[in-house]
Amino acid sequence: MTAYLVFLLVIGGIYALLAQSLALAWGMTGLVNLGLAGFFAIGAYASAMLVKWGGVPLPVGLVAAVVAGAVAGLVVTGATLRLRDDYLAIVTLGFAEAVRIIASNEIWLTGGTDGISGIPGGVPRDWGPAFHVTWLVGVSALVLLVWFALRRLAASPWGRALRAIREDQVVAAVAGKPVARMKAEAFAIAAGIAALAGALYGHYGSYIAPELFAPLVTIYVFLAVTAGGNGRPSGAVLGAYLLIGFLEATRFAAELVPGVSALQAAALREASVGVALILLLHLRPQGILPERNQKAPVA
Amino acid sequence: MLDSFLLEAIAQALVNGVISGTILAVPAIGFSAIFAVLNYPNFAIGALATIGAYGGWVANTVLGWPMEVSLIAAFAAAALAGVLVEWVAVRPLDKAGALMMAIASLAAAIVLENAVRFVWGNGLRGYDLPMLRDVFFGPIRVGPQQIENFGIAVGAMGGLWAFLALTPLGRAMRAVADNPDLARLRGVDPVRIAAITVAIGAGLAGMGGMLVGLDTSIDPLTGPRLVLAIFAAAVLGGLGSIPGAVVGALVIGMVEELTVLLIAPSYRSVVGFVVILMVLTVRPAGLFGARA
Repeated sequence: MTAYLVFLLVIGGIYALLAQSLALAWGMTGLVNLGLAGFFAIGAYASAMLVKWGGVPLPVGLVAAVVAGAVAGLVVTGATLRLRDDYLAIVTLGFAEAVRIIASNEIWLTGGTDGISGIPGGVPRDWGPAFHVTWLVGVSALVLLVWFALRRLAASPWGRALRAIREDQVVAAVAGKPVARMKAEAFAIAAGIAALAGALYGHYGSYIAPELFAPLVTIYVFLAVTAGGNGRPSGAVLGAYLLIGFLEATRFAAELVPGVSALQAAALREASVGVALILLLHLRPQGILPERNQKAPVA
Repeated sequence: MLDSFLLEAIAQALVNGVISGTILAVPAIGFSAIFAVLNYPNFAIGALATIGAYGGWVANTVLGWPMEVSLIAAFAAAALAGVLVEWVAVRPLDKAGALMMAIASLAAAIVLENAVRFVWGNGLRGYDLPMLRDVFFGPIRVGPQQIENFGIAVGAMGGLWAFLALTPLGRAMRAVADNPDLARLRGVDPVRIAAITVAIGAGLAGMGGMLVGLDTSIDPLTGPRLVLAIFAAAVLGGLGSIPGAVVGALVIGMVEELTVLLIAPSYRSVVGFVVILMVLTVRPAGLFGARA
């Protein structure tokens, strides 16, 4: 039971990183990233390949994942950040799909649909419980680090300008903010955080495959961020742990529904995620921890 | 010798591309029409195509209706699901902005896709169609079913054109797409027009899903596999432009088929993504679009 809880908390931490990525892009800057699963995948593959086949230490793999994610973020958004926001939604959704197709087909590079197994875990897996507790400490520390960094960023002039862009790009531009550049910076940092989460996911679970990065992952993160509150890193983190709780609860609930097959139970669980997201968007879009108005600094 | 072989392969790819592009145009028009009138990208379009494919499959194999009549069932099933998604999930959010509506439509897509999975499972299903020998035009080979699908797609587009150009309701739809405020001043009820647009757009997506499925088979991911190509066609033509969606779909169809000559067929759908990125870099308004 404790082992199971530790496992869930590690996964919750990985989702807390994804949720903070979305909180930065969507909540703070107004950029809808429907390709989170794609950046998650890029980080997972970059670090897994470097550490497993390149033999570099795990921290180097993590840094490489962040860089790969940020660069991918810049490439994907380069064409769209000056356009209406719907274009970004379409492009990012397409990006995640393209990543999954490439990962499924470039067998020489990614192992195809079989994926990559035996990804090093940083510390020996035969430590047993100590392995998982080490990971819990490591992942939680990174969640805390990103949370602290995002809070600092949000309170900085840069963060204020991002919120100004979110509220009204034209006004922000008239006030002399480099709108396109700041959006690109925010999106790239967010993509890097999502890639970091992917790298951790691969190393912790030791196995990655294209099917693990399905669009449903993106929906999970939207659910987490909407539940917790999309304007605050704290809300995103809280939402991520709640999401994991919700997903586990649906696992047990689906088993209680009489007369359904395993496949039908899985379909019910997935559908319940969609229903939950729709309900939250309608009933409490500001989340559990709504964004607070910041006081203007004393001049 | 080699040259004539290559030319034949290219000609065959272009013919295939025109056929698949014409079929792709049907759901692409649906996506673009909804965008034009309701001003948000409806990401349930793929799931609605799946709903249509299964609706048509039930009519065709369970009820035993002929394929042509089953296509109407496909249209009706998807139109109904589309209006339901719009009313229940999306429209209550219209004050929150286009992006919230888009996200809600994506969440609704997950629900629809899993409803199909719950009822029919993940297995492949085939339509009840007569086996027919391919027809040859010189060296070019075409299946009779493909020709019929092509004809049906052209017919559906012709019907839509007649509706938009010749009926008062069609004119009202175009008026709302063009300038909602002015249309309202002239007494057009935007809520009613929105509902009709969603029904037609979703219905076309459903027909498109079935037309694609007629070629091979269907499963819960039939629609989602189409979405990249649908987005690419709509963006290339200019989001919200119906003639643009048709031209965009034809281009995407042909480019997809031509790339199959060069790289693995599984990359077909990546073509759509590359086209989207290129169009948005070079000419974001697309070929026919007015805004970006």
